[in-house]
Amino acid sequence: MKALLAALAVALAGPAFLWKATDGFQALTAEDARRVAAMRDRPMVPDIRLRAMSGEVIGLPSADRKVTMVEFIYTTCPTICQSAGTDLARVRDGLVEKGLGDEVRILSISFDPETDGPHQLSAYGESHGADGRIWTITRPDVDALPRLLRAFGVVVIPDRFGGYQHNAALHVVDPQGRLSAILDTDDITGALGAAKRASQ
Amino acid sequence: MIGARILTAGLIFSLCLGFRDFFESNPVSHVLIQLPLLAWCGALLAQPAINLEAEWNRGGVVALLIALFGITFWMLPRSIDAALFSPAMEVAKFISLPLCVGAPLAIGWARAHPLLRGFLKAQAVSMLGVMAFLYTHAPVRICNAYLVDDQLRLGYAFLFTAIAVVVLWVAPLFVGSREFHQMRSRSVEAG
Repeated sequence: MKALLAALAVALAGPAFLWKATDGFQALTAEDARRVAAMRDRPMVPDIRLRAMSGEVIGLPSADRKVTMVEFIYTTCPTICQSAGTDLARVRDGLVEKGLGDEVRILSISFDPETDGPHQLSAYGESHGADGRIWTITRPDVDALPRLLRAFGVVVIPDRFGGYQHNAALHVVDPQGRLSAILDTDDITGALGAAKRASQ
Repeated sequence: MIGARILTAGLIFSLCLGFRDFFESNPVSHVLIQLPLLAWCGALLAQPAINLEAEWNRGGVVALLIALFGITFWMLPRSIDAALFSPAMEVAKFISLPLCVGAPLAIGWARAHPLLRGFLKAQAVSMLGVMAFLYTHAPVRICNAYLVDDQLRLGYAFLFTAIAVVVLWVAPLFVGSREFHQMRSRSVEAG
């Protein structure tokens, strides 16, 4: 009897613990966990200055209370950032189509500011059709980078070929500066929906 | 004897701790070497408790269930990432694997019915197979802390582990286990 009760207690406590550890079985990976957490907690992102490809200095939570869509890149990236760049161009076009062009801006932020100078940022912008109006390419100060990546939950690791692997995604920051959604970069419909929600 | 066990467990534990960066630098040695070694520490330390008769642990079911949930938790890719990014989770790893996986596994296994053992062995092999498939076929990165190529390597490592475990458990069926030979020589003596 004791054995049965003990087994029953563990059989109930175990799944409850796993439920808690996985946000209700929604997030088995760290990547899903940060997406669930963004939707649920809407954490504030740090107040950070960025240098845009035009040379202009801009704030991360937008000074003119716009929604900011953020992706992290490095301009020498041969793979994911290139396809993500194409995705972002489609998001930008979608924003214009939906009339959200004045309420939303897109920032590609380099996590390799030592390599990515103004020239590299401009070249990257040009090759992906980012003209600096809705979508611009930026870099943070080297000192601010760790704080920035931590706040967004972005992990960058060297790929043994001189490049990096990173959890690429599109991050939606609302006008109050809260991270309110994280999506796959190719989820254009989702991105436009999240931008619209964040702008209201 | 107990002293030797404690010494061995301590040695393995310090090895896991001292060469932490080495073990954790790639997912294969992290998941398939360091984690099992830590669990082994617990199993070694639990040996003296194995023969204690306890009503609550009849058939080893409770202890095995605890171990099962412990293993499940440490099979989550999220837990592996968390151990690397959060010092608290890393501490939890070094404590929970010996205490909540290794020790209960040893205590439960000693008491488990042979049928239950067989069932658990089959489960273990199929789980290793599932993990192998998952890590070799996942279309996305599963751990943010590790490279995609390492993820693939981990998948193959799971596959090799599954094969090794099958060989280890099935081979005795063909050549006869040690217990079987002991039993037979005893019956020959008696007869």
